[in-house]
Amino acid sequence: MAVAHETTHEDHKLSWIRRYVFSQDHKIIGIQYLMTSLFMALIGGTLAMLIRMQQGWPGTQWGVAKFLFPGGFTGDGVLKPDFYLAVVTMHGTIMIFFVLTTALSGGFGNFLIPLTIGARDMAFPFLNMLSYWLYPPALVVLLASFFVAGGAPNAGWTSYPPLSAVPAAAPGSGLGQSLWLISIAILIVAFLFGSLNYITTVLQLRTRGLLMTRLPLITWAQFITAILMLLAFPVLLAAAVMLLFDRHAGTSFFVPTGLVVGGRLLTHQGGNPLLWQHLFWFLGHPEVYVLILPPMGIVSEILAVHGRKPIFGYGAMVLSLCAIAFLSFLVWGHHMFVSGMNPLVGSAFMVTTLAIAIPSAVKTFNWVATLWRARIRFTSAMLFAIGFVSLFLTGGLTGIFLGSPAVDTYLHDTFFVVAHFHFVMASAALFGLFGGLYHWFPKMFGRMMNERLGRIHFWLTFVGIYATFFPMHFIGIAGEPRRYYSPQMYEFLRGLHPLNVFVSLAAFGLGLAQIIFVYNFLHSLFRGQKAESNPWHANTLEWQAPSPPPHGNWGAELPTVHRWPYDYSVPGAPDDFVPQTTPVTAVPVAGGAGDDPAGDSPEHA
Amino acid sequence: MAPTTTPTLELPRTPREPGRPAGGGPRGGGPGDGSAVPSSVSPARIGAWLLVAAITVLFAAFTSTYLVRRNAGDWPAVFLPPVLWLTTAVLLISSLTMEAARRAAGRGTRASLRRWLGITTVLGLVFLGGQLVAWRQLAASGVFMATNPHSAFFYLLTGAHGLHLAGGIGALIFALTKAPAAPTHAAALDVADPVATYWHFLDGLWLYLFLILYGI
Repeated sequence: MAVAHETTHEDHKLSWIRRYVFSQDHKIIGIQYLMTSLFMALIGGTLAMLIRMQQGWPGTQWGVAKFLFPGGFTGDGVLKPDFYLAVVTMHGTIMIFFVLTTALSGGFGNFLIPLTIGARDMAFPFLNMLSYWLYPPALVVLLASFFVAGGAPNAGWTSYPPLSAVPAAAPGSGLGQSLWLISIAILIVAFLFGSLNYITTVLQLRTRGLLMTRLPLITWAQFITAILMLLAFPVLLAAAVMLLFDRHAGTSFFVPTGLVVGGRLLTHQGGNPLLWQHLFWFLGHPEVYVLILPPMGIVSEILAVHGRKPIFGYGAMVLSLCAIAFLSFLVWGHHMFVSGMNPLVGSAFMVTTLAIAIPSAVKTFNWVATLWRARIRFTSAMLFAIGFVSLFLTGGLTGIFLGSPAVDTYLHDTFFVVAHFHFVMASAALFGLFGGLYHWFPKMFGRMMNERLGRIHFWLTFVGIYATFFPMHFIGIAGEPRRYYSPQMYEFLRGLHPLNVFVSLAAFGLGLAQIIFVYNFLHSLFRGQKAESNPWHANTLEWQAPSPPPHGNWGAELPTVHRWPYDYSVPGAPDDFVPQTTPVTAVPVAGGAGDDPAGDSPEHA
Repeated sequence: MAPTTTPTLELPRTPREPGRPAGGGPRGGGPGDGSAVPSSVSPARIGAWLLVAAITVLFAAFTSTYLVRRNAGDWPAVFLPPVLWLTTAVLLISSLTMEAARRAAGRGTRASLRRWLGITTVLGLVFLGGQLVAWRQLAASGVFMATNPHSAFFYLLTGAHGLHLAGGIGALIFALTKAPAAPTHAAALDVADPVATYWHFLDGLWLYLFLILYGI
């Protein structure tokens, strides 16, 4: 395994392709992950608009959409039922695996881990390059499913068998479903390479003086996330392999006896579809924490930096990250309360599920306490971070309802669940992503984003998200199931039509507001004001490097760390921030782990 | 290639070991200001252990499915080819030769390191060949993947293990080209040790799978 460390003078020797395409530089790889994810977000967002078109005005003839998606609409422009399911499936798959996981973990993880720990690169740069370059093939295979016979898969992002196991079950259960499984398998390998790299890098390549107790919370979050990914994704890989064999080799891992599809009795014998659900959710639940832990880290950084205050309860923040990660492996059954499980098992999963509320509440209170009497700078990054706390709280509270088997039996698979996870996981993670981009854009590209556009983007997005997803709680309580082609097909749902129209209009507004971000991002990339190395006056190591950092990140000498990252507004200090590289003899450590002033050696806590 | 790649095996230590970076400047904060990291473990060794953890989870998923699926009632146990006892023995011996190679790397006896790595590689190939023979024998007796759940799991588990072992053979060949040529004992061990970890793991994993396939 090539463990290479190219120093700055080797920079000039690399060809353009080696520097920017097949690069082994963690910063380029991180930006590649981010850019590809943002591109996928445009596709996933467009699919969301299609969903809302259908939900708001089912059966309407859409002249233009017919030309954009010729296979998905009937001749007179009505969206086909199986295409609706394909759109729902692909929206979920793309947003969860190909946007949020790849952007937050692949993008920010790659860019920030070596910079925040004072390393020149990852431990295994070649593996890192391989990790990114498995991502485009995975997305090509996934998107190809739109263009094969039968179209994209219909089984939802959870791909429950038998719909996903029997090729004749639905139009999308054919080749499209196989492509979905292959695509996910490729992406899992990419994630494994990435997480293996992150863990090793954090453990082994920290610079002098950077104890684990002095790691910034973003790095802690990425570290814990990598452990989650390493231990959760192989389970989905195993399940995907077995499902592929069920589909193509005639085995019966998941397909039960006596299944009749299209009037034909299948030859499969004795498989168990619930097995897939167990395996899927053993990955699936840690996966939602894979999406939310990095934003938690991002938000912790932003609140401290833009609030000019030490993060409240650093130790509790780290411990709660660990507790959430540990508990996330014990709660998968709460996705299966209505699968006929023993009520005793259901109660056990309820207890573990509600237990996650404790570390989550610790984090939320600590964020609020950090903001308490802080000198808040309402930058775009800060607005999105505060927005994250709001969305996480709103979505987290409905999670307590859904965590109870009795309540979930009624709400299961309704729009209430859609509202819940779009707040707590999807929108909150998206806000973490936006906040992180506004915060680290100067470091990534050496230019500032436009703050005025950023604030407009925030307010439209924040209001848009609440307007889109909050009414879905009521739609769900009124009984509309998710994934149904049309709410108009049932008498008892017809009264929800005006609410569904409102949600759709809000969603379109939310979608349009993102154009502001795209414009701001692209414009700032080329025309933005030049950024200094530390525009936010932050303490962590990445802000000690130039913007953007050169190949190898640091000059001849690696930085030396003397303190924890959150010494903001220290009384008596010359500035309201004290970078981690400042010796304790210059400014005493105000809180957290720092060098012992007497011996000037790091304390080994 | 060799003069540039050999130092890279040592380079990852530079950020952790004061005084060794290219600049070679004086230590920033005195003698106590060492790195926060225990320095004796190379990234490749940590990487090997993490890989082992991920593969353990993969096979835990496969075998827990096996144990659940087994209770479905349609489980006629397949008669497994006796050649598997032979391949098991070969794999066990290969673990011993791998250990000999690792120790040779630690002692710095390069000829012995090369020999033991070579023998391990050959034994690994013999194991894979034996597994293929077992597959052929089963297929010849009309037992295929779709025949029954036990045969499905047999092909699945042996196949998945075989693929990982093929990767292990790739790692062994990599170690054969790198470890004996390494400039120091420590560098040779940094190559051989992760490969040994992975190889021993595959050995233990096979014993576990063999036990499950035969006994449960």
